[in-house]
Amino acid sequence: MTLGLLTAVTFLPAAGAVAVALLPRHLAAAQRVLGLVIAVATLALSLPLWFGFDGASADFQFEEVYHWMPTLGVSYHVGIDGISLLLVLLTTFLTPLALASAWHAIEDRTKEFVITMLLLETGMLGVFVSLDLFLFFVFWEAMLIPMYLIIGVWGGSNRIYAAVKFVLYTMVGSALMLVAILALYYQHGVATGTYTFDLPALARWVLPPGPAQNLMFLAFALAFAIKVPLFPFHTWLPDAHVEAPTAGSVILAGVLLKMGTYGFLRFCLPLFPDASVAFAPLVFALAVIGIVYGALVSTVQPDLKKLVAYSSVSHLGFVMLGLFTLNQQGLVGGVIQMVNHGLSTGALFLMVGMIYERRHTRLIAEFGGLWKVIPAFSAVFLVVVLSSLGLPGLNGFVGEFLVLVGAFQVDPWLAALATTGIIFAAVYLLWMYQRVVFGEVAHEENRRLTDLSPREWAVLAPVLVFIVWIGVYPTAFTGKTEATIAALLAQVESKASVALLAR
Amino acid sequence: MTPDIPVPPVALTPLLPVLVVLGAGALVLLLDLLPPRDSKTHLGGIALIGVVGAMLATVARWVAGTEERAFRDMILLDRYALFFDLVICYAVALVIMLSMDYLARTGGESGEYYGLVLFATAGMMLLASAGDLIVVFLALELMSLSLYVLAGLFKTRLTSGEASMKYFLLGAFASSFLLYGIALLYGATGSTNLDRIAASAAAKSGEPLLLVGLGLLLVGFGFKISSVPFHMWAPDVYEGAPTTITALIATGSKAAAFAALIRVLVVALRGLQPDWTALMWALAALTMTLGNVVALAQSNLKRMLAYSSIAHVGYMLMGLVAGGQAGAGAVLFYLLAYTFTTIGAFGVIGLCARAGEEAVEVGDYAGLARRHPVLAGVLALFLLSLVGIPPLAGFVAKFYLFGSAVRAGYIWLTVIAVLNSAIAAYYYLRVIVYMYMREPDGEPMAVAPSLAGGLALAIALVGIVLLGIIPAPFADLAQAAVAPLLR
Repeated sequence: MTLGLLTAVTFLPAAGAVAVALLPRHLAAAQRVLGLVIAVATLALSLPLWFGFDGASADFQFEEVYHWMPTLGVSYHVGIDGISLLLVLLTTFLTPLALASAWHAIEDRTKEFVITMLLLETGMLGVFVSLDLFLFFVFWEAMLIPMYLIIGVWGGSNRIYAAVKFVLYTMVGSALMLVAILALYYQHGVATGTYTFDLPALARWVLPPGPAQNLMFLAFALAFAIKVPLFPFHTWLPDAHVEAPTAGSVILAGVLLKMGTYGFLRFCLPLFPDASVAFAPLVFALAVIGIVYGALVSTVQPDLKKLVAYSSVSHLGFVMLGLFTLNQQGLVGGVIQMVNHGLSTGALFLMVGMIYERRHTRLIAEFGGLWKVIPAFSAVFLVVVLSSLGLPGLNGFVGEFLVLVGAFQVDPWLAALATTGIIFAAVYLLWMYQRVVFGEVAHEENRRLTDLSPREWAVLAPVLVFIVWIGVYPTAFTGKTEATIAALLAQVESKASVALLAR
Repeated sequence: MTPDIPVPPVALTPLLPVLVVLGAGALVLLLDLLPPRDSKTHLGGIALIGVVGAMLATVARWVAGTEERAFRDMILLDRYALFFDLVICYAVALVIMLSMDYLARTGGESGEYYGLVLFATAGMMLLASAGDLIVVFLALELMSLSLYVLAGLFKTRLTSGEASMKYFLLGAFASSFLLYGIALLYGATGSTNLDRIAASAAAKSGEPLLLVGLGLLLVGFGFKISSVPFHMWAPDVYEGAPTTITALIATGSKAAAFAALIRVLVVALRGLQPDWTALMWALAALTMTLGNVVALAQSNLKRMLAYSSIAHVGYMLMGLVAGGQAGAGAVLFYLLAYTFTTIGAFGVIGLCARAGEEAVEVGDYAGLARRHPVLAGVLALFLLSLVGIPPLAGFVAKFYLFGSAVRAGYIWLTVIAVLNSAIAAYYYLRVIVYMYMREPDGEPMAVAPSLAGGLALAIALVGIVLLGIIPAPFADLAQAAVAPLLR
């Protein structure tokens, strides 16, 4: 049995975690280096996935299937399509950056920290590559615990509350999803005679529309909506983000939230097409409320990290809006926006973390006039802020524009309401930037700040490259995903008994 | 000419595993009288050898694959009994290993401890093999009487005495209910043999005598498995008993009581299935909800685990509700996973001491991860398995169980169960919060180094990881074990 590439990418971090565990406790530097080496190796190993992936094909690629629990119909089935490819690479890209950002920030129990981060990476990758509902659920639940520890052990003063809230919210959601998975499994088994958790097999089968499908959709949707987080399930997010260490925030915003939107795309749309269409107006309403509400609440935050956290609620609203338009532009925009949010918000958290390491405060009022003191930091910060608010030429614009085009075809008013979110984003981000960076140096402590170190440049530069790259030449990325999305839409349309909203 | 008295053939091979354990018990009592007087650890070794011997005998019988009956079908050694013998022997072997230095440390070391543990074990194994209600009762008493004494082993500790007294009084009460139920069933069907009851009860379903007998029987069993509303004794007994005995009560005795309960319900009272299914539905929902909700409020780890074990009984009852091979098989698998996990959790607690006392308050565990990272990690894994986090045994066990309930159409019961699991996460994770996220304060925790105890924890840990990652062979084993019941 040869080990497949996808399995190797997924489990390399976990194997590395074991290696780190074997290092002696006092060699903190060695643990950091080994952790980073493993994360970079995982990134290197995942690059062939990108280059080997045929963007013209909508099929799952790099598939591997092994028996696991044959009597139950559970198999180890992994594979990626144009959607998961992007998210897998986003994960392998952000994890080394997060580890590098924690170089000095995490001094306490470094060994455990590195191990936890690596296990978390395996969990996240597993979620994106699983093509078996059982396997997916295993990774989905398993990756909770490392994140819980990262928030709870290495977080801020109110970390325990935030960590427990994070876990309980997610567990309640996923508990009902488990029931829905089982119900789907038996319904499919009774109807077809084959009992299986295999996602492609289940997705080929047409679940009759009706209350059963609606309930299953809602059970899945609750789990994913909490993760996204869709308004009104977002209240765990500000707590978790504010308390988590920088590395945790980067991963949380960059990858974990995408697991929710990915779940909608991978499971809800193809498995429950009728319910997806039926509940789309509800999702639109919640998404638009999230966009506007998240932006308004961001505006009044005195704390930089909280501001970025609430902006995530707003940005993820765009993603959800795009996914449920159920047309090509909206879906492509939603998928690209997932990647964009991972890059932009990840970078924002990285930079907030860098300034926090210097000043040990995140209050906007404590800054001002930073351009005069640390121009390089301020310049990079400007690029990241502009990318987050969707300036044309940078990555954020591409995703938001496509989502709005998609939404407009469904209902012009929907697009109009969502557009206000973009205006508000400009307000809260630029106003924040103005208060932090421009003006006179208001606080004496800020005069002694040091500019970006080479390590920090190394962390930020790769993100900047992609922010510009996606902004200027998005086809490189959308090209990998368009065929998959077209096939997904065709599948939803052929299975749904009602017409899609707009094509 | 002397009249011919038919002497039933005495076939002892179906009793072989039980006899090995009993023999070891007698040997322990005998050797207790010989020197050395100051240390009894070697008796633990003999007890361990006895249990491992019984395990080997069990495995040999399983491989042979023959189903044996003795004493006019009073004793059955089918795969079902063999499966439980294995679970019970595993549990007892781990308990003995954990006891060897726990007793030396707490000053409770004595020969009769190991003797009584072995006699209790024999009772448990007999329960799994019982093909007759009389044997059920006798085996239950053999097990319970030994455990009553063991619970009160710490003669100088007030809580230990209270535990023993409470356990005994309520246990005796429950036994009389059970006995009355057996009498009524005998009255209704004319037999105490499970197969013959089944034949007779099938024709008489709905007869009041039968239903009252069933109800009384369930009261007796409900006490032994500590299902709500017969659970009142559990927290006090778990708290007061020596920790190793708590582990035995929580796992071995529970598994044995489940073994008998399932056999009686599925074999003898199959005709009344609609009646007891409805009852079990309510009992399951009540038991898991009350167990979890009350566990939220506990700060004593042993009490918390007591309520958590009540909650787990609630989950297991779901398997009985679901019924069929899938349901019963899921219960057996759950018991296996639960046994490894619970013994592990109690085992870690038994190793921890603070200020000369056992460390049982959750506050004692503050900052444990900093001082003893390995031990904290091990306890965390056991707790995560109890939560049901993959890829550990607890998750797969729940998956099988909930799957069987959904398959049988009990969606709402499953919804109650999964929401309960989410609630339960809070109190298990609270211990992890203390170990990992708080700083140690006050007197440092002392952890007793122990070779046997460490080995037991390692076995339990390997068990929960193995069951979690490659569950299929074990699940098949559990399915094969319930097959003889459903013929």
